Amino acid sequence: MTRRPRRGAGAAAASAVALIALSGCSGSDAFTPGDEPGATITVFAAASLTESFEQLAAEFEAAHPGVEVALSFGGSATLASQILEGAPADVFAAADEATMQRVADADATAGEPQVFATNVLALAVPAGNPGGVTGLADLADDDLAIALCAPEVPCGAAAATVLDAAGITAAPDTLEQDVKAVLTRLVLGEADAGLVYRTDVVAAGDAVEQVEAEGTDAAVNAYPIAPVGRAESATAREFIAFVRSDAGQGVLADAGFGAP
Amino acid sequence: MPAALVVVAILALAVLMLPLVALVVRAPWADLPALVTSAPVLEALRLSLVTATIATVVCLALGVPLAVLLAHSADAPAPLRRLLRAAVTVPLLLPPVVGGIALLLLLGRRGLIGGWLAETWGVTIPFTTGAVVIAQVFVSMPFLVFAVEGALSGADRRVEQAAATLGASRWQVFRHVTLPLVAPGVAAGAVLCFTRALGEFGATITFAGSLPGVTRTLPVASYLALQSDPDEAIAIALLLLAVAVAVLLLLRDRWVPGVRA
Repeated sequence: MTRRPRRGAGAAAASAVALIALSGCSGSDAFTPGDEPGATITVFAAASLTESFEQLAAEFEAAHPGVEVALSFGGSATLASQILEGAPADVFAAADEATMQRVADADATAGEPQVFATNVLALAVPAGNPGGVTGLADLADDDLAIALCAPEVPCGAAAATVLDAAGITAAPDTLEQDVKAVLTRLVLGEADAGLVYRTDVVAAGDAVEQVEAEGTDAAVNAYPIAPVGRAESATAREFIAFVRSDAGQGVLADAGFGAP
Repeated sequence: MPAALVVVAILALAVLMLPLVALVVRAPWADLPALVTSAPVLEALRLSLVTATIATVVCLALGVPLAVLLAHSADAPAPLRRLLRAAVTVPLLLPPVVGGIALLLLLGRRGLIGGWLAETWGVTIPFTTGAVVIAQVFVSMPFLVFAVEGALSGADRRVEQAAATLGASRWQVFRHVTLPLVAPGVAAGAVLCFTRALGEFGATITFAGSLPGVTRTLPVASYLALQSDPDEAIAIALLLLAVAVAVLLLLRDRWVPGVRA
């Protein structure tokens, strides 16, 4: 589990394996190296990829009978930490290059990361725009409930870039762990405005509206994808190729992603 | 006991202890003093201590009477008694995130009560320190109630009856006889309640959000730190583990007679 040779690490690994076995985690399949047909691949993907990767995984499974794609979504940085701690992932799709670099620097990638999509932020409000938000400047309004991503995570870093470029000091009421948490605040109407990815506004359907605001495209996030783990899996490589194929790019474009 | 059971029991111990061992082994001991005294950690620690203390006081004020009611419900009809017990037990069994969602639906801006509060008084609860306390009270009060109720049902009722026959009013009996009788149980319950409040995460992040100095308590800060600075996350986790161990030592003598008497 740990790359540092320390006493107790072996025991800790053994206990982790025991825990995974006890919890019946399907990801434990990934502990068996090799790529016989019928393999399960585990894909760790940024929260903003939830809808598009669910569709991509379904299409990939349909085209590869017997192959199962297990998906785990979360904040990119959380997923990166889990991978560095030895989580059984075969593919990692991050919401920014810095997070992927952290995994690559630790030699946890099994191939070169490739950018497969881009995303820009959008100023989003609950349906009906109850706070009367008209532009980025409203994010500095103390009387409005503002939800942003924490600067530690990719959507928060992008938000900081956008706000810096616009010369705005935001007055956030909450700094969330990942972009879907910000979206939830808007869907539930707890927040009057927030910065989420354009794709999240598409994904939220009628519950959330986008306010056309100047300056939200000051940060463009590039989404890299790479095989990870000890044994490079042929199925994982195929999945990545599928994501980058015309069919895969079509799904991503429908979700609001930009081309790489 | 059969050897096979011993082996399984040792495995069970390993499941419980090894993660904590890993935490201690992997802790960045050299940087630990700097990490736990960094401004963001101190800010989260201060917020955690303040909110958990207030939550404990609220739990005591509300939970002790509820425990008394629960202890006296032995005479009530069985369905009522079961309903009362279930009301205290369910929050204990719920995943805290579910508690957070439920709180949001009650006290959020569009919640049952929260909607009225926002429209009539312009008061919104989510994203405030008050929301942190409410989340903590929701998840930690059952611990106090059951600790006090356990002490009450173990207490010698004849002392109360004796006081009553000597002319003490119901309030005097409660104040001067019952309460001192179960004081160890109350203290144990308060410490458990405080610890649970201090560790509260799911309901807090769901209901209250995460803003430094306002709603970002130690567990929330630890979770966020895992995104960028795992060492800081481990340091905070160690801090919370130290509190848990300290509580264990504090309760060592009281747990058995106070709660289980």
